[in-house]
Amino acid sequence: MLSTAAGTASQDAMSIWEYANPKKFMQTSAWALPWVTGLAVVTLVTGLVWGFFFTPDDYRQGATVKIIYIHVPSAMMAINAWAMMLVTSMIWLVRRHHVSVLAAKAAAPIGVTMTLIALFTGAIWGQPMWGTWWAWDPRLTSFLILFLFYLGYIALWEAVEDPDTAADLTSVLCLVGSVFALLSRYAVLFWNQGLHQGASLSLDAEEHVADTYAWPLWVSMAGFVLLFVTLVLIRTRTEIRARRLRALEARERMA
Amino acid sequence: MMLSVHDLAVSRGGIAILERVGFVLDPGEALVLRGPNGIGKTTLLRSIAGLQPPVAGRAELPPEGAAYAGHADGLKATLSVAENLTFWARIYGQGDIAPALHAMDLEGLAERPAQNLSAGQKRRLGLARLLVTGRRLWLLDEPTVSLDTASVALFAAAIRAHLASGGAALMATHIDLGLEEARILDLTPFRATLPAPGQGGGFDEAFA
Amino acid sequence: MLALLLRDLRLATRAGGGFGLSLAFFLIVTVLVPFGVGPEGGTLSRIAPGILWVGALLACLLSLDRIFALDREDGSLDLLATAPIPLEGVVAVKALAHWLTTGLPLTLAAPVLGVLLHLPGPGFAWLTLSLAAGTPALSIIGTFGAALTVGLKRGGLLLSLLVLPLYIPTLIFGAEAARRGGEGLATFTPLLMQGGITLGALAILPFAAAAAIRVNLR
Repeated sequence: MLSTAAGTASQDAMSIWEYANPKKFMQTSAWALPWVTGLAVVTLVTGLVWGFFFTPDDYRQGATVKIIYIHVPSAMMAINAWAMMLVTSMIWLVRRHHVSVLAAKAAAPIGVTMTLIALFTGAIWGQPMWGTWWAWDPRLTSFLILFLFYLGYIALWEAVEDPDTAADLTSVLCLVGSVFALLSRYAVLFWNQGLHQGASLSLDAEEHVADTYAWPLWVSMAGFVLLFVTLVLIRTRTEIRARRLRALEARERMA
Repeated sequence: MMLSVHDLAVSRGGIAILERVGFVLDPGEALVLRGPNGIGKTTLLRSIAGLQPPVAGRAELPPEGAAYAGHADGLKATLSVAENLTFWARIYGQGDIAPALHAMDLEGLAERPAQNLSAGQKRRLGLARLLVTGRRLWLLDEPTVSLDTASVALFAAAIRAHLASGGAALMATHIDLGLEEARILDLTPFRATLPAPGQGGGFDEAFA
Repeated sequence: MLALLLRDLRLATRAGGGFGLSLAFFLIVTVLVPFGVGPEGGTLSRIAPGILWVGALLACLLSLDRIFALDREDGSLDLLATAPIPLEGVVAVKALAHWLTTGLPLTLAAPVLGVLLHLPGPGFAWLTLSLAAGTPALSIIGTFGAALTVGLKRGGLLLSLLVLPLYIPTLIFGAEAARRGGEGLATFTPLLMQGGITLGALAILPFAAAAAIRVNLR
């Protein structure tokens, strides 16, 4: 599983794996980055301004409900960032594409920030709603556990010197961690039933938010996705350049 | 044929250090690797032993594999000489450790804990471990470090007996063992040349 | 394989092997808790299953970095990796040896410490049972963490950071089984879940740990 295959792109010309070639990735991302960035800014501003200023106060929750436009999208991205890391880690383990694992490395700090935002906005929202800053509610607890998994993943990257060794070890950790994170989610549900309302946007849920709130929420979520893509692209480019710098320095030492 | 290495390239810290290494070792043969410090003797031996994947090429070993002896002897300080040796003999599915103790002149020390051995005695115990593996191919990395002249002679005799019984040995060493029959391979010509910028296929070369 | 198990057990019980340290740590943690929360029997009795579980878990954590680090230092790990036994088997045997020298003694000691914390009467059996079912998972998960960090100079702290989140499900189901047992509630579900985690971890983690060791050795 961990053998070093020659790290080149796939042979057939139109394959998606071609974008795993670092050179190709740098070219494509340089072209795509301004567009994605612009789109992210537009959707994010639209969603948040619409949500904050052009929706009525909730009859029960007042203005505090509006934190939903940050809380829900960041929570969503906290999970999706980990899912993306899982997929890119597996691609690295199977196909040995360096860009893939560097994208996972790049996504981790963004994911951990999203988790923190979700936790903090949750606390701020929870205070007026539940009368406490923190409750060991299953969902809050799960995010706290997710935060711990992110910390371990990032710490392992930092601790291992050799980049390929670090890539292999963090990928294995990401795989195993995903299984245990999922287990923890169910364990926590079993352990405490919780205060959270049901899924906010699920179509068949009994208590889901009204359409007036839902539309700006959808836009905000799209904005957060685009923001995440933008940040991952920027950070992956930085990681590739850092890696290149390392190689040049090593070459200089040898020459 | 005991070991054949084809077009092998190995790397250390992500940088290729040796390339196009090729040789064949037949039963009854010993090959000594030579070259300045840092050329990659240890890396080459570890690659052949299967501890690290080569960058390119391949090494064909006997089906049962090889016995590898690195810089560290793999001894447990609180176990006695006999206990240490018996452990490795059982791991390799071999029975009697007495011949190995005898060959390395360790019979008098059999009950002594390994922590009370001198550096040279530890080394001799580490080499005795090779004798209980039952493997025909030995891969030895600086086997004579901290051995005195008499112990080097013991070791050379053990190697010669191993070769005579149809075994083979590949070793990296600087001192003369007095093994006239051993071939010598100088690794200097195999030193990896830096790929011209943009020519290398590896990830790190992709932007030069 | 058996030779490796016997060697590890022998090493653990000889001088400097660290056998008994985890037990002493477990005892001290348990003694410290009443100093922290007060001697009131009702409070202690209520938190006893959880405290004993957390204490056993931390005591288990204490000895994890010895699993591979010593073998790495003296070169045994290189030799074991080139030996004619699969590395996955080495990992499994190492985890078993760790459980026999740590998890099993902790399980047996827990009821005694339960007396100190006023563990409710029916809780003793359930606590022992849940520890017996859960500590193997702690050992094998910890072995995986030790395999990840074996190449690092000072990996001990990182090892804790990596392993503790992985311990969460085992802890939740284990402590829950002990608590419910003490209160006379049904314990079937948490014990079943915990047994599942242990078996699943035993089936999967030796492969992940062996892969991590191979990466760390190259």
